Amino acid sequence: MIVNKKESRLLHDGSKLIVESLVQSGADIFIGYPITPANLLYLYSHKRFPTFIAAPDEITTLQWMCGFATTGKIPVTATSFPGFALMLESVNMALMMELPMVVVLVQRLGPATGTATCGSQGDLALLNGGISGGFSLPTISISKMEDCWTMSNKALKMAVELRSPVILLTSKEEVMTQASFDIAGLPLLKPIKNNYYSGKAIYQPYKPGKNLVPEFLAVSNKNHQVRITASTHNQDGIIQGTTAAGMDNTKRLESKIINNLDKFTFYEYNKQEGAEKLLIAYGITAAASREAIKTLRENGEKVSLLIPKTLLPVPPIYIEIIEKYQKVVIAEENLGGQYRKILFGVYGNNKVKGVNGIAKLITPSEIMEEISR
Amino acid sequence: MNKFLTDTALPFCKGCGHSQVAQYTEKALQNLNYDPMDVVMVTDIGCHGIIDKSFTTHTVHGLHGRSVALGSGVSAGLNNPNKKVIVFIGDGGATIGMQHLIDAAHNGFNMTVLIHNNMLYGMTGGQPSEFTPFGFKTPTLPEGAKEAGYDICKLIAAAGASYVSRVMGIGDFSAQLTEAFSKKGFSLVEVMEICPSYGVKSNPGMKLSKLVEEAGLEIKVFADNKNSFYQTEIKENRKSLFSKEDAIPTKYENKLKKPLRFMLCGSAGEGTQVAAEFLLKAGMLSGLHATKKGSYPVTVGVGFSAAEIILSPDEILYTGSPNPDVVCVTSQDGLDYARNTIRNMSGGKLLIDSSLEIPETKAEVSAFPFREKVGIRNSSIYSIFYYLKNSELIPIDSLVDVFNESKISKKLDIAKMLDF
Ligand SMILES: Cc1ncc(C[n+]2csc(CCOP(=O)(O)OP(=O)(O)O)c2C)c(N)n1
Ligand code: SF4
Repeated sequence: MIVNKKESRLLHDGSKLIVESLVQSGADIFIGYPITPANLLYLYSHKRFPTFIAAPDEITTLQWMCGFATTGKIPVTATSFPGFALMLESVNMALMMELPMVVVLVQRLGPATGTATCGSQGDLALLNGGISGGFSLPTISISKMEDCWTMSNKALKMAVELRSPVILLTSKEEVMTQASFDIAGLPLLKPIKNNYYSGKAIYQPYKPGKNLVPEFLAVSNKNHQVRITASTHNQDGIIQGTTAAGMDNTKRLESKIINNLDKFTFYEYNKQEGAEKLLIAYGITAAASREAIKTLRENGEKVSLLIPKTLLPVPPIYIEIIEKYQKVVIAEENLGGQYRKILFGVYGNNKVKGVNGIAKLITPSEIMEEISR
Repeated sequence: MNKFLTDTALPFCKGCGHSQVAQYTEKALQNLNYDPMDVVMVTDIGCHGIIDKSFTTHTVHGLHGRSVALGSGVSAGLNNPNKKVIVFIGDGGATIGMQHLIDAAHNGFNMTVLIHNNMLYGMTGGQPSEFTPFGFKTPTLPEGAKEAGYDICKLIAAAGASYVSRVMGIGDFSAQLTEAFSKKGFSLVEVMEICPSYGVKSNPGMKLSKLVEEAGLEIKVFADNKNSFYQTEIKENRKSLFSKEDAIPTKYENKLKKPLRFMLCGSAGEGTQVAAEFLLKAGMLSGLHATKKGSYPVTVGVGFSAAEIILSPDEILYTGSPNPDVVCVTSQDGLDYARNTIRNMSGGKLLIDSSLEIPETKAEVSAFPFREKVGIRNSSIYSIFYYLKNSELIPIDSLVDVFNESKISKKLDIAKMLDF
């Protein structure tokens, strides 16, 4: 049946691309607890990761991941809201300990258990406020098949280089829909490695290094004592109250992410000359938006498209882009517009409109209607 | 002799049993001649947990109740029986994180857990835990506990630990700790203590040994039976998920000018998802872009099974298909699932099994006895052959190729699929 082996078009789902990309990017271990719609990620990880461990629940999942990370391994998991809710305290812990890891969050319809088999874009507000104290939890989103490859790699790179948990945000249809896809054009990936301390002086586990990120040492090393802690601490990893040394370190956790955000700002901006309208969409709704834009332009309407991929923290360039337009439409599969509120607050803005809904994909025609209104 | 504790004073209230645990831990590690750099102390949240700054080993200090799971991860990550992972946890942490204890014992992670059982939550003001013995009073339980506390040693021995013992936290118990630290696999020591600040105040005149005896908590070794331990499997250079053998090159031409949105609706166990995948691959063999979304209840073995397929000469951006061009229904479950979609069709085609009632629709209807002609299990695949045969948009040979490459071809004669 295969006449030409060189051809590289395969039948894929996003899960397969994500797992292959993460492994090729240097992730060592997948630890997971099953949950629809993240089960394909679990299944492929079982086949592909050098180490795979089935955890008895999601709190354990994150704790094991943190434990592995202290020994220098780069861990990954995949879950959906019910599991993520259980992980959240431990995600805070990983952020405070500065342990790299990627959590693939496959959104499904809530609240609570909701409908396991229905996709959604309902968790961004939680991610935006998920770290106590308002610290940023870096969140990168997948908006097309190629992103399953490239954004997974970027998420892992960001996690390792900034020593932080990073959320790779997606939704049911993006990881479960099968599609013909040509892998030939995908960029080659190189394993990403921890930046190890090699000095002779006493190691200070939380001493700001290049770009405010501390150099890493594993608890397996024999030369330097390593102290890792989730309680407020100084550069030595010694518990502090609200001392200046403690607060300097705590504030650095946020500056570290913000100062390096440029390097990890990913988006597509499809600008049309003369357009006064801007459509913004991310994740699963990006597909409908691309189609809407195509049709609108064929019909002579002038409109630009912004697909943010680095969702959190919000890169300042999005604001610069938004300011150029008279009308901004943000399409998301949730009630109330979560990214819209992150960008414009509850107070909103007269020039900003949302296209929202739950329990089904937002359609291109719903988007076109709002843009043309 | 290696020092495991710094020279600074331990951070506990005067007379707190936690101090002894730290001191005898040092002594036990010295007995075993450990290098501090081969030891990782993992500590929980609670009074006992603030000890980490006093250790000269590697230290990891996490969340309340989760230190055993965290330590399990450290241990499995080190994957080296010559390293020593020790977890300090309180009875409070052991209550909220009980599952992690059972789980770690069950898996046999290489580590020793020391439970500082002072029978209450010290750090938060002396509230009772589930280890609080019958009758024991605390500031928030002045009437005394109404139930007996857990016998954690029995529980963890039953969960499969290598070594479990309970010791009195009075006098030198470094020999028992040495014993526990020397074991491979999961070991646990419960140290019975008293919190002078809350426990003594609420139970004036109480003697720890009497209390432990009356609670029926035996001071002994509960398990010392195996030396096996968890080993982390590392499989380097595993096969890529992308296999050249799975490539689907273009072999045929198609006549499609615009996207074809196809909805296939049947019942679980009647090959609907397989049929959809066949159609997808046939489309790809014919040079088309293709996507497929499956829908079925969480209990995949019963009820409807449906698939939305898009075949398109151009790149497919949006994978939803609210208005399908073709709906193909092969069972009653499928009909119930698709009824609304069918009612809303303003054109296009409805293929439906002749055994089913034809719903109201503006689509062009063809009824055919799919189920009767090839049997229930193959009706879905057969309906795809029927469609391609009649539509001629995609050469039926492409589907024949896909069929012949599949496992089904070994059980089912292709001639049957082409007989209408
Ligand atoms: C998830 C969570 N819940 C509650 C607390 C508050 N808390 C801190 S320490 C503690 C109990 C400590 O008791 P124990 O583990 O017995 O240790 P001790 O202080 O007696 O040494 C509690 C409930 C917390 N830190 N985290
Ligand atoms: S409050 Fe109790 S448990 Fe905590 S340090 Fe003081 S005596 Fe020890």
